[in-house]
Amino acid sequence: MWEQIRSNQVRSVFLIALIAGLLLAVGYFLGLYFFDSAVGGLVIALIVWAIMSLVAYFQGDSILLGMAKAKKITPDDAPRLYNVVEEMKIASGLEKVPDVYIIDDPALNAFATGRDPSRASVAITSGLLQKLTRDELQGVIGHEIAHIKNRDVLLMAITAVMLGTIVILSWYASRFLLFGAMTGSGRRSSSRSGGGGAQAIVLIVGLVLMILAPIMAQLIYYAISRKREYLADASSALYTRYPEGLASALEKIGGSKQQLKSANQATAPMYIINPLHKEGMKAADLTSTHPPISERVRILRAMTGGASFANYNDAYRKVHSGKQVIIPKTAAAGIGAIGIRQASLAAPGELGLASEKASDKAASTHEVSDLMLRLNKYRTVDCECGARWKIPPGFKDNDVLCTRCGRRIRL
Amino acid sequence: MIALWIILGIVVVLIFFIIGAYNSLVGFRNQVKNAWAQIDVQLKRRYDLIPNLVETVKGYAKHERETFEMVTKARNLAQQASSTAGAAERGKLEGELGMALGRLLAVAEAYPELKANQNFLALQEELTSTENKISFSRQYYNDSVLKFNNKIQMFPSNVIAGMFSFKLGEFFEVIVAAEKEAPKVSFT
Repeated sequence: MWEQIRSNQVRSVFLIALIAGLLLAVGYFLGLYFFDSAVGGLVIALIVWAIMSLVAYFQGDSILLGMAKAKKITPDDAPRLYNVVEEMKIASGLEKVPDVYIIDDPALNAFATGRDPSRASVAITSGLLQKLTRDELQGVIGHEIAHIKNRDVLLMAITAVMLGTIVILSWYASRFLLFGAMTGSGRRSSSRSGGGGAQAIVLIVGLVLMILAPIMAQLIYYAISRKREYLADASSALYTRYPEGLASALEKIGGSKQQLKSANQATAPMYIINPLHKEGMKAADLTSTHPPISERVRILRAMTGGASFANYNDAYRKVHSGKQVIIPKTAAAGIGAIGIRQASLAAPGELGLASEKASDKAASTHEVSDLMLRLNKYRTVDCECGARWKIPPGFKDNDVLCTRCGRRIRL
Repeated sequence: MIALWIILGIVVVLIFFIIGAYNSLVGFRNQVKNAWAQIDVQLKRRYDLIPNLVETVKGYAKHERETFEMVTKARNLAQQASSTAGAAERGKLEGELGMALGRLLAVAEAYPELKANQNFLALQEELTSTENKISFSRQYYNDSVLKFNNKIQMFPSNVIAGMFSFKLGEFFEVIVAAEKEAPKVSFT
């Protein structure tokens, strides 16, 4: 286990405590309004939170993967992708190979999920699989495995559940309050008619809190997310010993304008880049789930001395002209000098999934689209003339007409 | 009376320290062992892949007998050493095997039909990935050994390590010269 996890956790725990405090405050005022006792509201808040936590703990990953429309693959479906995942599993010292999923979407993205390192999954879009060379793919998978290894996945799930609870509670509470105020028959007003000034203050503070809590919780959620991205980038560089791989992958991903169809506000922090990013948006602000890509790339490229956390810190300081430190000193000093390896020596196209040569690009496109068809249960038949036909799963006829040579092929 | 309590307190703290230090040393040692097992798995995988690869290449490139013999010999030597030799000796042999394999793959470059063979491509991908896995597991193993050795040599855990005679771990280095140089083969 790397030591930085613990000291990073102190900061994260503080932020989580903030969100938990918000949740309790919402419950408290809820109780004051509807039950005349704070305890009742707290109990309701805790029950809602507990139910959502249980669901997230036991079903969270399948819900997330289901929402992203991800399909599980076996080593035979995409040997190279699977091999890269295994390589990164070994480099990180993870105890089990995570399940590998593919999302059929031209957008370029990837994410990791799972409640603990022994029950984790990584998912990657078919578009990204098609565009990346082997070194780049390694960087991306290294980043995702780092999220699993550093327990970011669990952390983000805990935070997301609390955020969700706050949103639900304050949404219903504020609707009830508005409704109650309009009809003038709220429980609060009937039981304590003609309350004093103190009560009015409580009412206003509570109302403001109900409105602000979801926003505040969301900002904290994003703050936690951004911290973890830097750490995952640094870990990926350490695992692969090749920061350039992740850097050029991020560049490719950042250059794409496509949004991922199946992502939403809550799941955004799980991805390698923010899937909802808009063109030209400056992302270094409070409402961003990820640090800006250009900055992440510049830090990785500035890692000239080596691939350790200390080198990442130096690079970060170089890019930001000196103040902050992203990874605590104690952790960075843990391991001595770690060199950067060479790029894969092999000729382009034969090792990576994609390369700069046009013929290889076509081949990798072909390979990935074949994979997607197979995953979608298409059958293939070969015609005697050499053409290969892909038959969709719903096809009912007994034969197809080969449009190249005019033969009828029996299925 | 108070002095007695103080002494007792110090003894209890000492015992807890010894237990803690001993357990963490054992933890590190197990991590090293586990990491070594990981390397072994990958090296075995490479031994298994090589005969297949040689056979496939042979079908297309009959005149490269020398290369085939070199690869097969390096493989057999490395495999024999795997059950007896230490990390340093194995590192040398595995380095030679890696170099021979690089030569074989470079030879394959000259045969377009071979490069179009699905079986060869699949084997090549497996071999490439196995090579990567070997170097990543070596990386993890060496990191583990470094942490373990630091623990053994640094104060105060070195006292405990001395008491229970923990031995320093051995790094696994594959000869670097062979690794970095791209194999050069001329086709004349």
